Amino acid sequence: MILFLIGLASGIVSGMGMGGGTILIPALIFLAGVPQHLAQSVNLSVFFPASICALWIHTKNKHVRYKLALKIIVVGVVGSLIGSVIAVSMSTQILRKLFGVFILAMGVYELFRKTNDKDKK
Amino acid sequence: MKIGIIGAVAGLCNGLFGSGGGIIVVPSMIYLLKVEEHDAHATAIAVILPLSLASILIYFTNNYFDWNIVWKVCAGSVLGAGLGARLLPKIPVGILSRIFAVFMIMAGLRMLF
Repeated sequence: MILFLIGLASGIVSGMGMGGGTILIPALIFLAGVPQHLAQSVNLSVFFPASICALWIHTKNKHVRYKLALKIIVVGVVGSLIGSVIAVSMSTQILRKLFGVFILAMGVYELFRKTNDKDKK
Repeated sequence: MKIGIIGAVAGLCNGLFGSGGGIIVVPSMIYLLKVEEHDAHATAIAVILPLSLASILIYFTNNYFDWNIVWKVCAGSVLGAGLGARLLPKIPVGILSRIFAVFMIMAGLRMLF
């Protein structure tokens, strides 16, 4: 039940266009006791169903710039493979500390970012 | 060149932290490549999908994968995403994203110390 509720909360957040994963991973770790690596793999997997739907709608509305996407993907996939191999070869404690630095930086960025509430309405 | 750097950084974060690709791709497309905001969000999803697929492949083959957790979180998250999209016009996003930022900072500090 707690897993479902955590999913629900992170889904609401990402549905509103804010990074759901940066909330989901710490929630899984602190509220459900999921280990760091597993929490990260859950976040990667959970992204698929909702984002495939979203992509389909955005494609119909011609908002996806596929040529640009493809160029980023070519390099990005190599980066993802390297990043994942580094992650799985790391101990839980070290990965957790690195992740801590990462969301701390993202949190500070999010806190001082200019938000355009007018655009959203 | 810019595109390559964006891809490399987003990919590394996606693999290493299992998240954060979008948080990098969206603003860098807007500010570095001058992509319009709505297009940037849409294109980011197209980018993150194959990146996450590559990352999950490595996590899966190293036994960092648990269906039992994934489907429960997934069920909640799909429901929540629909709800969130509907709530969006009714909430002050600026204030809410500041609140989440504080949560992220607190979680980050707790992980560090």
